[in-house]
Parts: sequence; C-alpha cells; structure tokens
Amino acid sequence: MHWWLPEAASTFAGPIDGLFLAILIITGIALVIVEVGLVWFSVKYRARPGRKAFYTHGSTRAEVIWTAIPAVTVVALGIVSNHYWVQIKGRNSVPPNAYSIGVHVKQFEWQITYPGPDGQLGTGDDFTVRNQLHVTVNQPVVVHLTSEDVIHSFYVPQFRIKQDAVPGMTINAWFQATKTGEYEIGCAELCGMGHYKMRARVFVHTPEEFTAWMAQQAAGGSE
Amino acid sequence: MNRRLLGMIGGAVVLAVVAASAARQTAEAVQAGATISGKVKFTGVRPTNPKIDMSEEAACKAKYPTSPTAETVVVNANGTLSNVFVYVKAGLPAGATYPAPTTPVTLDQNGCRYHPHVLGIQVGQTLNIKNSDPLLHNIKAKAVKNRPFNVSQPNVTATPTVRTFNMPEVMVPLECNVHGWMNAWLGVLPHPFFAVTGADGSFSIKGLPPGTYTIEAWHEKYGTQTATVTVAGAAPKTQDFTFAAH
Amino acid sequence: MTAVAHPKTHESHEPMSFWRKYIFSTDHKIIGIQFLFVSLFFLLLGGVLAMQIRWQLGFPNTAMPLGTMLPEAMTSSGVILPEYYIQLVTMHGTFMVFFAIMPLLMGVYANFLIPLKIGTHDMAFPRINMWSFWLALLAGLIMVAGFFVPDGAARAGWTMYAPLSARPDLSGATYGQMLWSVSIVVLGLSSVMGSVNYITTVINHRAPGMTWFRMPLSVWALFITAILAVLALPVLQGAAIMLLFDQTIGTHFFDPIAGGQALLWQHLFWFFGHPEVYILILPAMGMVSDIIANGSRKPIFGYHSMVFAIVGIAFLGWIVWGHHMFMSGMNPTLGSTFMVSTLLISVPSAIKVFNWLGTMWRGNIKFTVPMLNAVGFVSMFTIGGLSGVFMAATPVDMHIHDTYFIVAHLHYVLFGGSLFALFAAIPYWYPKMFGRMMSEAIGKWHFWLTFVTYNMVFFPMHILGMAGHMRRIYDPTVYDFLKGLQPMNKFITLSAFALFAVQVLFLFNFLWSLKRGKKAEQNPWQDNGLEWSLPSPAPHGNWERAPNVYRGPYEFSAPEAGNADFLPQHVKLPTDRDPAAATAPPSAPAH
Repeated sequence: MHWWLPEAASTFAGPIDGLFLAILIITGIALVIVEVGLVWFSVKYRARPGRKAFYTHGSTRAEVIWTAIPAVTVVALGIVSNHYWVQIKGRNSVPPNAYSIGVHVKQFEWQITYPGPDGQLGTGDDFTVRNQLHVTVNQPVVVHLTSEDVIHSFYVPQFRIKQDAVPGMTINAWFQATKTGEYEIGCAELCGMGHYKMRARVFVHTPEEFTAWMAQQAAGGSE
Repeated sequence: MNRRLLGMIGGAVVLAVVAASAARQTAEAVQAGATISGKVKFTGVRPTNPKIDMSEEAACKAKYPTSPTAETVVVNANGTLSNVFVYVKAGLPAGATYPAPTTPVTLDQNGCRYHPHVLGIQVGQTLNIKNSDPLLHNIKAKAVKNRPFNVSQPNVTATPTVRTFNMPEVMVPLECNVHGWMNAWLGVLPHPFFAVTGADGSFSIKGLPPGTYTIEAWHEKYGTQTATVTVAGAAPKTQDFTFAAH
Repeated sequence: MTAVAHPKTHESHEPMSFWRKYIFSTDHKIIGIQFLFVSLFFLLLGGVLAMQIRWQLGFPNTAMPLGTMLPEAMTSSGVILPEYYIQLVTMHGTFMVFFAIMPLLMGVYANFLIPLKIGTHDMAFPRINMWSFWLALLAGLIMVAGFFVPDGAARAGWTMYAPLSARPDLSGATYGQMLWSVSIVVLGLSSVMGSVNYITTVINHRAPGMTWFRMPLSVWALFITAILAVLALPVLQGAAIMLLFDQTIGTHFFDPIAGGQALLWQHLFWFFGHPEVYILILPAMGMVSDIIANGSRKPIFGYHSMVFAIVGIAFLGWIVWGHHMFMSGMNPTLGSTFMVSTLLISVPSAIKVFNWLGTMWRGNIKFTVPMLNAVGFVSMFTIGGLSGVFMAATPVDMHIHDTYFIVAHLHYVLFGGSLFALFAAIPYWYPKMFGRMMSEAIGKWHFWLTFVTYNMVFFPMHILGMAGHMRRIYDPTVYDFLKGLQPMNKFITLSAFALFAVQVLFLFNFLWSLKRGKKAEQNPWQDNGLEWSLPSPAPHGNWERAPNVYRGPYEFSAPEAGNADFLPQHVKLPTDRDPAAATAPPSAPAH
C-alpha cells in the first residue's frame, strides 16, 4: 500500500511535495508540542488529595509568544506558497512554448481536442479523442478547459495538477510532464451520478512516439 | 420493496379494470382488422456512419470484431432503411382505448450500444431496461410529455429497471452520458398500431378497423413522411415510403 | 457558599398543561431540551447514512446488508446505486451540518446556557424562541421528505454546487432538490430568530454585576456565533431562493446556458459557508473552555486573549471564503489574498489551544467524563486545525483539494472538534437539564472507545487523500491508482462500524440516565457559573430575582475561597460591594 504522495511525474511535483513536507514538519512540531503537553499535564497535574491548583489568570508574555510565533510562521509560509502559486496558476504563468490542447468536459466524458499536424487549435485538421490525453514528455502543455454542462475538475495526481472546468468559462491550466508512461485523469468535483466513472488516461510520450501517434490519428485513427 | 409491492398491486387493479372494459373491443379490432404493410426505401448516396472509439471501454470494445459504428443511418443490403418508426398518427375511432399488452418491451445496453436502437411502446406498457455490460450506464429519457427520468445501472443487471409511460410521445430520446455516442429513440403511443423497420426495411401494422388513417414514418436523421391510407374490411393495403439522402 | 440564590419555585406558578409545558413551551430550557432530542435524532440519522456510504466504499458492488429492504430506486439487488450514493453523501453532510451539529450547539446550548449563565429568567423573546424550534423541526422534516419523493433526495453534495443543483435534467433529482432549497430557507428563518434572541438577551438581560468581561467564554462564544449566524444565514437563504427559482420557474442565476454564473453560487454559498464553519466550532470552543477550567480547578489561562481570539476568528471568518475556491477558476490573485487571510486565521486558533494547555498547566485536574472529552476535543481539534494549514497553502491545495484529505480535515474539526465538545457538554449540563447524572462509568468507556475508533476511521483518510483519492466517488476501484488503497478503505469501513456501534453506549447512557441516573446535586461539578446556584433541574423561570454577580466565572482555587477550590460568581464575600443597577429587568414576566 502507498503511504505517501503519489509518484512525481511533473515539474509541479517538486515544489508542491517540498512545501507539503515543510508544512508537515512545521505542523508536526506544533502537534507534538500540543499532544505531549496534553498528556504530560494530564499525568503530572492530575488531581491528588491535598493538592491545590496554582492560581493564575495567565501571562501576557506567554500570550505574546504564542501569538507571535504562529503569526510569523504562517506569514513566512504564505510568502513561500505564493511564490510557487504564481508560477503554477498565476495569470501569466503559462510558458509561451506550451502545446495547446482543448479539453471539453461533459457528463461524463473528457473530449480532448488536438491541434493536428499544424500545431494550431481551431483549424481544420483538429481531431478529438475521447478520454485519452496524449502529451510529450518535458514539453509544457496548456489545456483549455471548458465544460458543457456542470462543474467538473481535471485532476492528475501524479502531476499534482487540479483545475475545475466551469461551464461558461475557458480556463487555461498548464503542466509539464517529466516521466513517460501512462497515468489517470480523475474528475475531482461531484458532477452527477456518473462522477466516479469520469476516468480518462494520460499518455506521456517521447517526442518520436508523440509524432508517430499524431500521424496515425491524423490518418484516421488507430484502426 | 413496499413501493414495488404497492406498485404491483396498483398496477394489477388498474390493468384488471382497463382490461375488463376494453377487452372486447380490442379483441375484435386487433385480430379482425386490416393490415397496412410496406417498405421504407432509401435513395441517394449511402452516408457512412462515424466509427465509435470504444478504446477506453475495454469490456465493450471486446464485443466487436471490427470497429463499431454509430447507427444514425442504417441502410440495408436491399436498399431499404432500418430503424424507421412507422405508426398510425391519426384516424382511429374517437374514444377507442387499447389496453397495454402485459408483455414488456426490453431495452438492452450491450456493447455500449442500445438494442434496439428504435423501439415503440404502448402507454402503460412496461419497459424493462437491462444492462449487459459490466460497467456504468445511465439512461436519461429526455421526455417532454412524460416524466423525464435519469437512472443508472453500474453493472450487469440482475433485475431490470422498470419504467412505464403515461402519455403518447413520438419520440422520447434516450441517451447515456457516460458514453456520449449511445442513444436510442422510443415512440410512445396510446394504441398498438406501430412498427419499426428491420433488416429488410419492411413494416406491417395489423388489425386496423375500417377507416382512413394518417400513417407517419419517422427517421432520426431524415425526419418524417406521412401518407393517407384507407382500409375497409380485412383487405391488406401496401404503403411504401422513400427517404432520400441529403 | 452553596446557598440557593432566589430560585424560582414551581409553586409560584399556576400549573401548566403538558402541552404548554413541554410541547409549545416558551421556556428557554425546555426549548433547549426539545432541540437536544431532535438534533440527537438527526445525528443518528446522519450516522446511519454515513454507514451506508462506508459500506459502499469498503465493499463496492457488494449487496449491503438489509439493502434489499430499500426501494429499487436506491439499490439494485441490495447494491447501492450511484444516484443513491450521491444522495447519501449529500444528505449526510446536510443533516450533520444543518440539523445535528449546528442545532446541538446553538439550538441546545445557546438556549439552555445563555439565560442561566447571565442570570436572567428567560430569553428576550420567548415566543420567537419557540418558533425558532418549530421552524427548525419543520425544516428537518422537509429535508427528510426528500428521500420519499419521486427521483429521491437532493444529490449535488451538501455544498449544492450549481449548475448541477439547479438543473434537474443534469442531476436526475427533481422534487428532492427543491425540498433542499425550501428546507434551507425555513432553517435560515429559524436560525435568524434564534440568533436575534441570543444577541438581544446577552446585550440587555445580564444580571447585575455580569459585566462583559465577567461572562463565561461559553456565553462569549455563543454570543459571537449568534452574530455570525444572523449575518450569514440570510446570505444562504437568498442563494437558496435563487436556486429554487432556477429549479422551478426557469431563471438562470447559476446556469451560464442563459447568462448565469456558475461561480456565483460558490461565492454566495461560501460567504455563508465559512462563517458557518465557525458557527460549528466557536460554541464548542467556548463550552470546552468552561469545562477545562472547571476540570483543571484553575482560572482559564488568558481570559481576555481567549475573548479576543473568538472575536478575531469571527472577524477573519468573513474574509476567508475564497479558500474553498482555489481550484474553481477564480482569479489566482484572489487566491493569494485568501491564502493570507486563511493562514492568519490559524493564529487565534493557536492562541486558544495554547491557552487551554496553559489552563491545565499546574492545575489539579479531575478527569470527569466532561473533562476527558474536553481534552479529547483539544487534541483532535489541533489535528484538524493543523491539517487546515496544508489546504491554506494554495500550491499544496492543488493536490489535496477535493480529496479525502479534506474529508479527514473537516471530520477532525466537526467530529473530533464539535462532537467531542458535545460529548463533554451533554453530560456536564445534563444534571441541570434533567436533575440526574449520566453514568460516569459508561461515559468513560464511551470516551475511550470513541477516541480510538474515531482515529481509526479518520486518520487513514489523510493518507487516502495524499494518494489522490477523490471525494464523493462511488467506486474507487474504477481507478488503477486507487485499487491498491482498497484495504485501507475496508479498514476505515470496519472501524466506522465500530465507531457507530460505540455510540450506542452514549445513547443508552443518555436515555437510561433520564430515569435511572443518580440524583444530581445542585452543583455536582463544583463550578462557579450562575446556573449552578439553581437547583437541579433548574426550575421554570430560573430566578425569582436576578442574582448579583461579584466576579468572573473562573475563580477556581482562588485564595479568597479558603479551603474550597472554587468561588461561585454569585457568592458575596465580606469584601464585595453590591453591583450597580442591572442591565436586566430583575423580575420575571407575567405568565
């Protein structure tokens, strides 16, 4: 069984997993302090005959300490997080050389439109494949997410990418796969009775494989 | 379980009442009347139906030796057209009622396609919906005059999902949203005078009482055509239809 | 020291009929008790729905025991259908949030505690208070009716994201979806009525000497929560009415097919929804503060910063709603803003946790059942609070958003937090409600078994979420990357059954003690609050004359108390001066 984050297969995995680990360490320390404190005090200060509690209403110094330390920690965390957030989802984050793919989502399918041999979406040689996303390794890809009916969410765990597809909006989300292989797309937003069945596959190819696949599709499909 | 039981009792009572009142008339009408039959011909260039990409549904894909296609226009070898719904649109005696047959109509989902692709049913007649695929299908009936429904069958069904329709409606579109290519058409009529053309493109409507009828032929792509046919006694009549490619 | 401060006696009233006294009662205590029974029923119902969810996740495609008893619209040969599964998910969330936890905290304890703790005879508007209960019950019944209408109950998740919730053709649900909207409108009405009452009562009806900073933290929390509720619920009501119009008369507020905005619903819902999260936790924090001070026999550590933390959480609670929408397609710059406010809200929560620890430090801790559960609250809420930091960091949220990590987080806050607080509060104030004690022995068994099985259920969900297990999916085995996690899903399911079974202990203890529990003393926990100056159970009308308050509620182990380790708020020491005129009308109303 898997006890950690999934295999890392995109450029986002590095910073996200690093941030995850950092937060885990910080919150882990806080958790240990609190839980050990609870157990320790529970044992040490348990009621015994003849004892009386120490009468105090608190300490301003203590309040300042445990206000300031969490505040500084979370602000630092916020600054680091925002640095990566802007790189991943910021308005201008999509690399200029990203390969465009149209992903139109409907109950309960992914219709994935490729630009065809000319590399341009919206031209006559575009073709659409159901539930299969083919990309090239180490090549930035931008998916133009649209939805036909309700809100769906494009999620590839190994790429650490998630983006809702909202009817009435076109949302661009980019990623860059770093490992060839086959992965799964899941729908991460409840979209109806077939939500769980909205599974598609991602194929990360070498450039040669991708060109071959593209040529085969442009010639009329796999059969 | 209670709801099913109640439904069964209710259904039985209704059936008994309806059957008692209408049994005589129907028996005479359907068995003794005239027959209208014919063929639905197709002219022009046969369109090719698009291939269906079932590569992400292995269980369905395995059911086909070659790549399956859509069933929008099915032209038979003899130049006739399949999946045309032919029915009596008007002309039946006012006030006549026709009890629903007790035999159910079955719609099967097999190989990620509906079988049959076009079907007719009488008001009140049972529609059994079954799933022969080991995967999820949902069945959405986009009815307008009847109550629409949208139900799912996540696996091969042990017992079919049962539905009935209360109002005549030609046609009720049926679709599966898990597999966007899956669609079927259901004609709901208050009488038994309808037929769907098959592999030889022919149809026959039996047991019509004497009278003048409007017969309509419906095709999902080519629309409708009507003809007026008068029958008297038990003499059979022939009425062909022709749809042209466009 | 144990003198009874002018309690009302039953004899001072003409006898009331059963209906007037227990059903259409305007007595805040009876209304609180009515809320208690009704919300415990909904809690049980929510639990039953959860068990069915867990069955499906642990044993997909397997007939559920007794599943064949359900109608064929829900199950097929005993196997849960996908459309029923999403109804279960939706209604579990709806019942737990709106009809179990929220009324348990606000309906029960705001009603029961506020007048008793601030020293007044009843709420400011007793009849509105009665209406608040009956409307809540009506709303609950409307919600339950969803399961019995054609096409079944609402099924767009408890968050009701549009356009799925707005379009019957897309969801497959018709009347059930409309009933959800109607029920929420009615519930909002109930909640606003209750909250207006709580706010007015706290402002105007405090006993002489009960200054703002002598109020127990439970009252502070309930007061601030009432302000949140009165501002937040109308937003949800408005949104629910718009949703109802979309569902019935063909408006398209939330459907872009005719010019609507899908994200509008999310903004409205979460503008309500995040304050709602604090509505569900602040009263728990307040009551736990009272119980921890009592159990530690020590004044609460940092009373003022505890009050400011409550106010701070309530304020920041209004500007964090967007953190539910990081992946929604909202402008990413807004994401940055909401991330900062969300991270900041962890500061007042941290202050509270450290102050509870500070309260226990050098205390003389008596582990009664309420205290055990209160300490359980602190330890579990801490996990829930800390796991929230992961989601607040937007890049990490991209991976764990809408996965089981969120499910784990929200259950650590709502079950580990709010429900443990209720397991503390219910036995703690039980004697004042019913005049009897709940069994300590059963209570301790219940606490430890719940604590263990609860963690067995919800802790592994973090790991499922890290692996990418999406929320609200009917059958995880459809995905190759989730197939390997099925043993964990099974383990969670079996643990959930155990957790559910353990709750029978609580239910038994609660019901059995009504008649058979040990007779309660006036002040069984040796607490300082004004409610303990009344007999158990507290009589109708509470006090003949409002008690005088001489000090704050946490004077445990004060030197002035002499040999006793507590000093009630109403006890006058020779050095105390009588307080100035009351804010409260001192006499009871005419009946």
